Amino acid sequence: MAYFLFRRTLGFVLTLLAVSVVVFAVMNVLPGDPALTILGMDASDDALAALREQLGLNEPLATRYFSWVWNALQGDFGLSHSFRVPVSELIAERLPMTISLAIAGMLVTLVLALSLGITAAAQHRRGGDWGVMFLSQLGIAVPAFWLSILLVMLFAVKLRWLPPGGFAGWSDPVAALRSLILPTVALALVQSAVLARVTRSSALEVMRQDFVRTARASGLSQRRVLWRHVLPNALVPIVTIVGMQFAALVTGTIVIENVFYLPGLGRLIFQSIANRDLPTVQALVMLFAAIVVTANFVVDLLYVVIDPRLKART
Amino acid sequence: MIELESLSAHFGNAAALRDANLQIRRGDRLGIVGESGSGKTMLALCLMGMAPDSAHLTGRLSIDGRDMATATERDWRQMRSRRVAMVFQEPMAALNPLRRVGDTVMEPMLLHENLSRAEARARALSLFEEVGILNPEQRLRQFPHEMSGGQRQRVLIALALACNPALLIADEPTTALDANVALRITDLLQRLARERDMALVFISHDLAAVARATQEIVVMYGGDMVERGPTAEVLATPQHPYTKGLLGARPDPAEAGRDANGKRRRLPTIPGSVPPLHGLPQGCRFAGRCPVELAHCADQRPVFTPTEPGRGAACHLLSETGHD
Repeated sequence: MAYFLFRRTLGFVLTLLAVSVVVFAVMNVLPGDPALTILGMDASDDALAALREQLGLNEPLATRYFSWVWNALQGDFGLSHSFRVPVSELIAERLPMTISLAIAGMLVTLVLALSLGITAAAQHRRGGDWGVMFLSQLGIAVPAFWLSILLVMLFAVKLRWLPPGGFAGWSDPVAALRSLILPTVALALVQSAVLARVTRSSALEVMRQDFVRTARASGLSQRRVLWRHVLPNALVPIVTIVGMQFAALVTGTIVIENVFYLPGLGRLIFQSIANRDLPTVQALVMLFAAIVVTANFVVDLLYVVIDPRLKART
Repeated sequence: MIELESLSAHFGNAAALRDANLQIRRGDRLGIVGESGSGKTMLALCLMGMAPDSAHLTGRLSIDGRDMATATERDWRQMRSRRVAMVFQEPMAALNPLRRVGDTVMEPMLLHENLSRAEARARALSLFEEVGILNPEQRLRQFPHEMSGGQRQRVLIALALACNPALLIADEPTTALDANVALRITDLLQRLARERDMALVFISHDLAAVARATQEIVVMYGGDMVERGPTAEVLATPQHPYTKGLLGARPDPAEAGRDANGKRRRLPTIPGSVPPLHGLPQGCRFAGRCPVELAHCADQRPVFTPTEPGRGAACHLLSETGHD
């Protein structure tokens, strides 16, 4: 177990290191001169050269990489070119928005997908199963941004139940929650469609096993058999997908935040790319990558929590 | 206590169980033998209300005077574990791998009898002792993968006994186990039935185990009950050609597979194998494989013919020679 943890932690660190190299390299070979972006087209050559010197753009790539990593480790991601404030401040300001959106999306996904998937498995080849399979097929086929627009047209424009976008902060919690509902649903529906299918097939697999018959023979209700015996045994593939989906949810916020005009990291990364704001983009890509790698790390740990047989083997 | 009257189970036109008649009273120990596909597991599942949804049941099945043939899943849930309980064939797969065995055994007590956790735990402990699990305290906390096949089968027996059932059905409880472990499980089931004054239905194709554990025996073939009677008598003087074949197909350790001259002898077998459900003859199910078949056997169904009180077989030879 200790060896397993050590190996996973090492893998975690090495992955992030590799990501940092790739991010830095890609960002620095992209066309576009940050100095030109900052000073504008009319800037004189002297001013541009001075700014390049000041930004350290004339140093060798390797030197710049190491000083970037060294500073990043201390929480200093440099100054945003376009906002003229430290990148870490920008992120700190917008991180809660994105994280709450991703977590809310994940929760809604889990509730929807597990209940639909288990229902479908219980009603295998009958009405409920067909219904869930049809809806999930639809959910997978529909792109999230288009679904978002539909949701806005229906619930915000036509019915006027919910705000069409924007976020005024948590000072008014009810308003804040209301403005999170549509983005969360838009984010979660597609993911639940995928996860419901995984849950269904995994549960069907488990339902064929002998211990399910034993549970039924003990006089347990079907509901109890499904949720207490089948679902836990179906969790390993489900958790694998959830790990991947959490990553997809975090990156999915890029689209959703732009559609719903939410001040989160997704919107920030979009703006920063448009502005050639190199330090901000680098930091954000790094952050997204770290979230994805962390999600996978957590999933690996969850396997052991779910299945006691793995503890003996790892 | 439990009565079956011409209970049949059909899948479409094919009968997996045909006109089963059976009475089980408290303390009875009944063996059911037959090859795979003889309908013995189907019979057991019917007694648990767990026949597949696609099976169409006809006839009467009553437990404690209640007609259960048409009962709902909800009604059956009241019966399972408390009146009838079952131990299945494959102990390696029959326990939830993610649960401590103690929690598995305690679950029906907590649900059906509203015991507190402490009470349930105490009962699980005494059940573990009763079924011969050593170090029960420690075993309660273990997962199935930490136990051997024999131990898991004991856990499953403890689970079946959790709510004091009146009838315990054991479906091939020893097939997946080593010979000496199988013997001990057989003796355990027999002892439990006697000590608890509980009925036992012991399903097996292992005739030696059935002889050890039961007083009465029913021989099944192709969904029909072809012969029945006191276990010792049926095994000593079988009357149905199928029972004779089944007994002949047993290896005899005393002869060690050699004949009187010391020559290696082939184990006698019943020619052919059980045909698929829809391929069974409509008359006597054994027609086609029977060594003494008569012309009308395949078309006419033999009636069950009592030969002595509590004994008889369903065979045309019997009904025509002795009892016309």
